[in-house]
Amino acid sequence: MENFFARYKNPLVLMAVLFIQVIALATQVKRPEGGRGSGGGGTRLIRVWTITAFTPIEKLFISTGHFFRNSWHNYADLRGVRKQNEELQQEIERLRLEQVKLRQDADQARRLQALLEFRQKFVDKTVTAQVIATSGTEQSRVIIIDKGSRDGLKTDMAVITPDGIVGKVKDVFPLSSQVLLINDHDSGAGVILESSRLQGILKGTSLGELQVTDIMSDEKVEAGEHVITSGGDRIYPKGLSVGTVTSAGPDHDNDPFMSIKVKPSADLRRLEEVLVITKMAEETPALASGTNSLRAADILSQRLPSIPKVDPNALKTPGVAANPSPTPKPAGAAATPASTPKPAGAAATPSPTPKPGTEQKKVTAAGAGVKPATGATEGAVGKIPATTTKPAAGATAPPAQPSPTKAAKQAAKPAGSTGQSSTTGTAAAASPTPTPTPKPKAAAPKKTKSSTPTDASQPNATGTEPAATPTPSPEKPPR
Amino acid sequence: MNASVSLTSREEIEVHRFSWPVSLGIPVLAIFLQVFLRIGLLNLLDLPLLVTIFFAVARRRPIPGMLTGALIGTLQDAWTGHPIGLFGIAKTIVGYLGSSLGVKLDVDNPGSRFLMTFAFFLIHKFIYMAIDLLLVGGSEAINWAHTLISALANGLAAVVLFAVLDKFKQRS
Repeated sequence: MENFFARYKNPLVLMAVLFIQVIALATQVKRPEGGRGSGGGGTRLIRVWTITAFTPIEKLFISTGHFFRNSWHNYADLRGVRKQNEELQQEIERLRLEQVKLRQDADQARRLQALLEFRQKFVDKTVTAQVIATSGTEQSRVIIIDKGSRDGLKTDMAVITPDGIVGKVKDVFPLSSQVLLINDHDSGAGVILESSRLQGILKGTSLGELQVTDIMSDEKVEAGEHVITSGGDRIYPKGLSVGTVTSAGPDHDNDPFMSIKVKPSADLRRLEEVLVITKMAEETPALASGTNSLRAADILSQRLPSIPKVDPNALKTPGVAANPSPTPKPAGAAATPASTPKPAGAAATPSPTPKPGTEQKKVTAAGAGVKPATGATEGAVGKIPATTTKPAAGATAPPAQPSPTKAAKQAAKPAGSTGQSSTTGTAAAASPTPTPTPKPKAAAPKKTKSSTPTDASQPNATGTEPAATPTPSPEKPPR
Repeated sequence: MNASVSLTSREEIEVHRFSWPVSLGIPVLAIFLQVFLRIGLLNLLDLPLLVTIFFAVARRRPIPGMLTGALIGTLQDAWTGHPIGLFGIAKTIVGYLGSSLGVKLDVDNPGSRFLMTFAFFLIHKFIYMAIDLLLVGGSEAINWAHTLISALANGLAAVVLFAVLDKFKQRS
C-alpha cells in the first residue's frame, strides 16, 4: 500500500486537488430547475450531486428492507396458510356435499308433495313407497319397492305416480314388493283413447314399449292423443293418465287391428317414489272431473244424428211407442223398435227392461262418458255407449249371418269377457225404449274376429257383464 | 539558458527554484494585469496561464507545478468573479501536465516553448469549456478562430515572457 502511494503519488495528489476544487465549485454553482443555466433560483450542485450519489444507496437500503419485509410477509408469515387452505378446502367439500344433500332433499320433498296432492285429490287410500331396486334386465321390467304386506299391500294393486300409471303389484313380501311395470310384455291394462273414446288393451312389448291393441284399423287414431285408464281391468282406477299416442297404423301381424304406440306419461326409467293404491276411491279422477262428463255428453250429441222434433202429442198416442218408427230407416235401423227422437242423454235413461240391472250398469257407464259403444251397436252409432244405441244388431242381421262387429271381437278375445253384444241385443230387442235413429253406416256390418252370431232373440248367454265395461284380462300368466 | 536538458538521462535534468517573492509576486502581477488592466492585446493573452506553464516547467516537479496552477487559477477565479474552481481546475491540470512534460522534454528551447504553450493553451481552453458546460451550466459557444489566434499569440508571448522570467531562476 505504501508502494502504491509512493508510486502514484503525483496522480493521487492531482486527483485530490481536483476533487477539492470540484467540490468547491459544486458548492457555488446552482443547477437551475428543469435545465441548465447559472440562474440563482436552482439547487446547488453539491446538493444535486449528494442526492444523486446517495439516492442509489438509499434505494439499495429501501429495496433490501422491502425484500426482507416482503420475504417475511409472503413466506415466513404464511406458515399457517397451507393448513388454513386445507381447512377451507375441506369446508368447501363439506358444504358441497351438504348442498347436494339439500338439493336432493328439496327434490324429494317436491316429488312427495306432488304425490300427496295427487293422493288427496283422487285416490282414497294409498301407500307411498320408495323404489329400491329394479330387475336389471331388459327381459323383465320389474321394480322393487320398500313396502310390503306389513304395509297393507296385496297383489294386483295399482302402482301409480302423479304423472301416470306405473304398474301393478306382482309379488308381495313382508317388507317389500315386486311391481310389474306396464311396459313389461306380460303386463296389460284396459285403456281408453281420451278424445276418440276407443277402448283397447295396453300391453308392453319385448322392447319395453307400450302398445294399445284391439282397436280396429278403420278407426281414426291420431298421434298425440291422450290415453287414460278405463278402469275395466279392476286394477287401475278409471281416468288415470297412461300416456300419449306416438304412432298409429295397421298391425300387419294382427290384421285388421291397429298397432298404436304409446309413450308412457310416467317416466318408467326414473322412478323414485310411487303410490300404491290400496283402496279404490268411489270417485275416480275421470268421474270427479266434470269436464270429462260434459265432454262425453258433447261427443254423444255430436255423433248422434240430429233428430227432428216430434210433436209430443204424437208420442202420447197409444200404440205409437210400440210401433216401429214411421220414419224410413236404413236396413240396419229398420228393425229398431224405437225411433223416438230423444237425445243421447235421454237414451241413457233407464227404462224398464227385462234385465234392469244390466241396463243400469250400462247407463252409468254411458253417463260417465267413458264407455264407448262396443258390441253390435258399434256399427250403428260409432262410439255411442251401448245402452244408448240399441240398434238391434240381432234384429238387423239374420241369425245365420255373423255379426262382424268390433265389439264382438273385443268381447270374444279376452278370456271371460261377456258377450255384450248379446246383452245389448237382448236389451234392445226386449226394451221398447226409444232409441235414436242409427246412422246409415250401421247397415254395413263389420267383420268380427269371432264368428259368433249376435242374435237379438237369444238371451244373454254369457252373463251380465256390462257391455260398456269390457274386462280384459291383459296379463299373461307370470313367467 | 545555461542548462541543457537531455531526453535520455534524468541526472542531467536541471531543476530550478524561485524565491518566495518571485513565486508569489509574478503570479499576482499576472493576474492583476489580466484582470484589471484591460488592454486590447491582453485580451488575446492569458498571462496567468503563461506564468503557470513557466513555473511548472521550470520546477519539473508535478506537485509543486499543480499546486502553483491551482493557486493561480483559484486567485483568478476569485478576482474575476467566476465560480471558485473553474480556472483552478483547468490550471491545476495544466500545471501537472507542464511539470510532467518538463521532465521529459527540452523546454528551454524557444520552439518547444512555443509549441508547448500553444498546446497547453488549447488544453486549458478545452478543460475550461468542459467544466463550464458540464458543471457550471454555461452555454458559451467556442470560437475556434479566436481560440487558435489566442493560442498563437500566447505561444509567441510565452517565448518572450519565459525568456524574461528565466532571469529569476535559481539553480537548486
